[in-house]
Amino acid sequence: MNHPPYIHVAVSLLAAPFLFGVINKVKAAFAGRKGPPLLQLYYDIVKLMRKSAVYSRTTTEIFRLSPLVSVAVGVLAVMTVPLGQKESLISFHGDIFFLAYLFGMARFTTVLAAMDTGSAFEGMGASREVQFSMLAEPALLVGLAALSLLTGESSVAGILSSLRSGVDSASGHVVLPICVASLFIVLLAENARIPVDDPNTHLELTMIHEVMVLDHGGMDLGFIHYGAALKLWVFSSIIAGLLVPVKTSGPFAGVLLVSAALLLVTVSVGVVESTMARLRMLRVPQLLTGATILSLVALIIAMR
Amino acid sequence: MILFLAALFVLLTGALVTALAGRRSWANTAGPLFSVAGSVLTLVGSLMTLVDGRWEWMPSQAENAVLSIHLAMDPLSAFFCAVTALITGVASVYGSGYLNGHSHGKNLGVSWAFFLVLSASMLLVETAWNGIFFLVTWEIMSLSSFFLVVFDGEKPDVLKAGWIYLVATHFATAFLMVMFMILGSSGSFSLSSAAIPPAMKSVVFILALIGFGTKAGLAPFHVWLPEAHPAAPSHVSAVMSGVMVKAGIYGILRIVSLSGGPFLWWGWLLLIAGAVTGVGGVLFALAQKDLKRLLAYSTVENIGIIALGLGLGLIGMATGHPVMTVLGLSGCLMHVLNHAVFKSLMFFGAGSVLHATGSKNMEIAGGLMKRMGRTGAFFMTGAAAICALPPFNGFVGEFLIYLGSFRAFSVQYKAQSVLAGILAISALALIGGLAAACFTRATGVVFLGEPRSAEASDAVESNLAMTAPMAVLACLCLVLGLAGPFTLNLIQPAVQVLAGRSPFMDAIVRSAGFNLLQISLAGLGFLILVLVLRSVKNTLLAKRGAEQGITWDCGYTAPDVRMQYTASSFSDPVVTMFNAVLRSEKHLHRPEGLFPQSASVETRTSDVVLARLFTPLFILAAWAGDRLHGMKKGYNQIYILYMVLALFALLLWTFFQGYAQ
Amino acid sequence: MKEWLDLAVALIIVTNFMLVNTSRLMACIRIVAIQAVILSVIAVLTHLHSLDVRLLALVLITVILKAVVLPQVLRRVTVGTGIERELEPFVGYSLSLMVGGGLLALSFLMSHFLALPVPGGSPYFLPASLFTIFTGLFIIIARKKAVTQVMGYMSMENGIYAFGVSLAIHEPFIVELSVLLDVFVAVLIMGVAIFHISQQFDHIDTDQLSV
Repeated sequence: MNHPPYIHVAVSLLAAPFLFGVINKVKAAFAGRKGPPLLQLYYDIVKLMRKSAVYSRTTTEIFRLSPLVSVAVGVLAVMTVPLGQKESLISFHGDIFFLAYLFGMARFTTVLAAMDTGSAFEGMGASREVQFSMLAEPALLVGLAALSLLTGESSVAGILSSLRSGVDSASGHVVLPICVASLFIVLLAENARIPVDDPNTHLELTMIHEVMVLDHGGMDLGFIHYGAALKLWVFSSIIAGLLVPVKTSGPFAGVLLVSAALLLVTVSVGVVESTMARLRMLRVPQLLTGATILSLVALIIAMR
Repeated sequence: MILFLAALFVLLTGALVTALAGRRSWANTAGPLFSVAGSVLTLVGSLMTLVDGRWEWMPSQAENAVLSIHLAMDPLSAFFCAVTALITGVASVYGSGYLNGHSHGKNLGVSWAFFLVLSASMLLVETAWNGIFFLVTWEIMSLSSFFLVVFDGEKPDVLKAGWIYLVATHFATAFLMVMFMILGSSGSFSLSSAAIPPAMKSVVFILALIGFGTKAGLAPFHVWLPEAHPAAPSHVSAVMSGVMVKAGIYGILRIVSLSGGPFLWWGWLLLIAGAVTGVGGVLFALAQKDLKRLLAYSTVENIGIIALGLGLGLIGMATGHPVMTVLGLSGCLMHVLNHAVFKSLMFFGAGSVLHATGSKNMEIAGGLMKRMGRTGAFFMTGAAAICALPPFNGFVGEFLIYLGSFRAFSVQYKAQSVLAGILAISALALIGGLAAACFTRATGVVFLGEPRSAEASDAVESNLAMTAPMAVLACLCLVLGLAGPFTLNLIQPAVQVLAGRSPFMDAIVRSAGFNLLQISLAGLGFLILVLVLRSVKNTLLAKRGAEQGITWDCGYTAPDVRMQYTASSFSDPVVTMFNAVLRSEKHLHRPEGLFPQSASVETRTSDVVLARLFTPLFILAAWAGDRLHGMKKGYNQIYILYMVLALFALLLWTFFQGYAQ
Repeated sequence: MKEWLDLAVALIIVTNFMLVNTSRLMACIRIVAIQAVILSVIAVLTHLHSLDVRLLALVLITVILKAVVLPQVLRRVTVGTGIERELEPFVGYSLSLMVGGGLLALSFLMSHFLALPVPGGSPYFLPASLFTIFTGLFIIIARKKAVTQVMGYMSMENGIYAFGVSLAIHEPFIVELSVLLDVFVAVLIMGVAIFHISQQFDHIDTDQLSV
């Protein structure tokens, strides 16, 4: 279980696109279809990387930089969040905020790239994106703050490893599920899943994340897909870490347990996507505010 | 000390020289020259004092006199003087480029004279050690900035903004006068220790908070900021937003350092005021169409963040939590520096936009990045810094404040400090999200996309004098972002002036420095990774070829640049959500009929505190004055009669006093 | 000696009543000049024991300024503007006379209550000086024409001078000279201003110049 963080990073970087395959398979199962292969995203990324590029004359350098920033942020995030081991490559007190603001940087460049195209669709997506992330960020930070208060640790690696050695206090048994719920909603919001956003829609008026990258193609789109996969992996890792507060013995038991948790999270995402419809635009802020309130409740309970 | 005095001499001589230069053309180069010289001298001197210790200068040897020129610089003053010097120097270079085409026969020499006097007075405010002398230099600072604000005084709204500024600053000065009277009641006006009578500690703090807080821009006394800062020429806006509001923060810090231990409720008051100011400021920024007004409200927001850090530090001092104290105060001071750097950068950018397109209205700009690439790139860097995104400097200050609140949880906690931590984290998180919305809007609408008007499509890149300072500040944003641990150690002497010193605090600083080092390394790694990926992509694309086309228009036959999202539409969801606070007015003229000819929508957001609190108050005062007007009738003789009657009444009163004895 | 002093004091009181009652501007100017001369004489008489060149010089300067120069300036202004009489004052002339009497009573009352030591000289000097001050103030309040108001101001200054002399203040002349300087400058400026006002508006009626 104590495999060095480098291996974890390498494995994560390779395995991240797998999660999207799982989600799509789950959705297909609900629809009675066979669905795309589990490794579909890999094929897509490889295909896109082989292409050349067409850029709009309206765009500037930021448009070309934004996909790269998404990938770089994803890589750093993977280095910060451990999955099943005690340490991560980047770990220090307060790296929670570093993580949240890194994703903020990726969002910043993506929104700017969207506005760079001068298209009304992308402007609309950018506008909605900043509104939702403004609400999701407090939920994320306050939820992690509640976990920090519970465990007494102030780094992501610290929190997750402390949780894995078991949760004793009664409040912990209440706080954990609440945090899982609120962080799950944040995952759905940040990764553009239903009920916040529909990743499969073809109507520009209903898109948020999808429309922001509408003009990206070729290698840029490949980078964007990969960055999104890394982001989903990171968020799922955090929630997976919360789901297994159980002491394990032996190196492989821990890895298996955590991987199972990861799959559980991904499958849940797929289930939610298949059983729910996308919420009305006006109701999404209410959902996210609800997530923030859940996090606050968790924080207050953790204070006792 | 010699360097500092030499700098003052240079600045004041320069003011005289440029004032005499008047309308001659070399006034525009002489002003910046003197300013830069003064700034360099001050910067070196202050940094030396920050490391070294303190000095005092009292030429008249009359410490306890009512008014004596008494300067002293301790590390706290040194820090603020360094920040002041940096920004005024850079702003003066920018100003020479800005005023080059902007002056239209105005008296530039006098304007530069006021600028140099302003720089000198700010330095004097930050080192004044005699209460009355402080008030004198404070007033000089306010007046010289007033004259700079009304540089374009032929425009009526600029003049109106100037008047609002004058009233607000004298409102602040009134409170400060009372405060200094209380301070001096113990006999001496010198700011040395034991100047605050213990019974009046809280009164002094409240007076200082209102007086200095008005100058700093704390809600609800911020109403002058969004009027005055946009009206001034851009280099003056940068100095006012970046440095002069910090003089207000310095005042509060100085009073705290003299108070001998803050009370708990002081910290809570600042924390709550900071949270309200921060969130309110950025909300109103999000609703603005005028680019400079947006930046002014953003200044209000950042002052809120600074107040948050300060409040956290004071709560830590009062509850005996060294972690909160050190990290909160360090975050506060760090943000003072960082905000000065990136806010000036943004104002320079806005000034360049104004210079190139002739308007501050964001709705007519667009696509300026292609025509003003350098300005746009620097502006974008500043925007990323304001949103506190790593690896830029904005993140470092906010990180320290976050860390302070967070660490309050993990060390053995008391409910008070935990609550404070929760409030700080929630407020900062909300502010961060809103700031991201605000500045992507500002950057995106102004610089990206297609030009929305002829002025925007004809824009030209600014001259070197305007882009070079922006480059310097943008590099500084990155450098300060990566040099977090270094800056943290540098500002510790200033923190120790407020919080004292102990080995426990040194350990906290070391650990925080270690965290900042990790952030810097990660940030560096991030930059390297992006550059590596970029070179990989470009090499691959060079082989394969990249074409140009038009943006996907969903098959519309005649896409128009006006179909782009405007600034108001971008912020519409958030503004609608917070409309209870913003009270934004929307005039909607709906399309009617089957084939509508026209439709329009117009949004307008005025400052809610000004409209709902101060304006009604002033209208009430005017009404009361009108009712009293009947007593006046405008004749001189009546006034003299009143005076004589008053005199008689006093005489009668003394007679009766004597009679009764 | 004492009789001369008492006579001079009585003359001052009389001149004040004349000032309050006349509507002719030239007469007002003359009265104020005479007041100045009488007061200088009183000053010399009270300091007869410590007379020296300096004292005499100061008295001479005072007389020249107050009795010659300033009246000349005012006379020029009056002639230049063509205004000879004040016909519509705020307080009518009969009423002014009665008010003057009341002011005299008030000044006697006040000097009684103030109980200031009056070394040598006449015991009526203090009330007379107070009365002069009050008369000057009353003229400023009750008259409309700008020239008359200047005259009230000068009369007030006369009264202050007399007040100082009556109390035998140690160095009355320094105080007096500084006040005199103020008055000199003020009258000069006011003279110029009145001239310009009359040129601009064709009258020097402060009633029409008010809000």
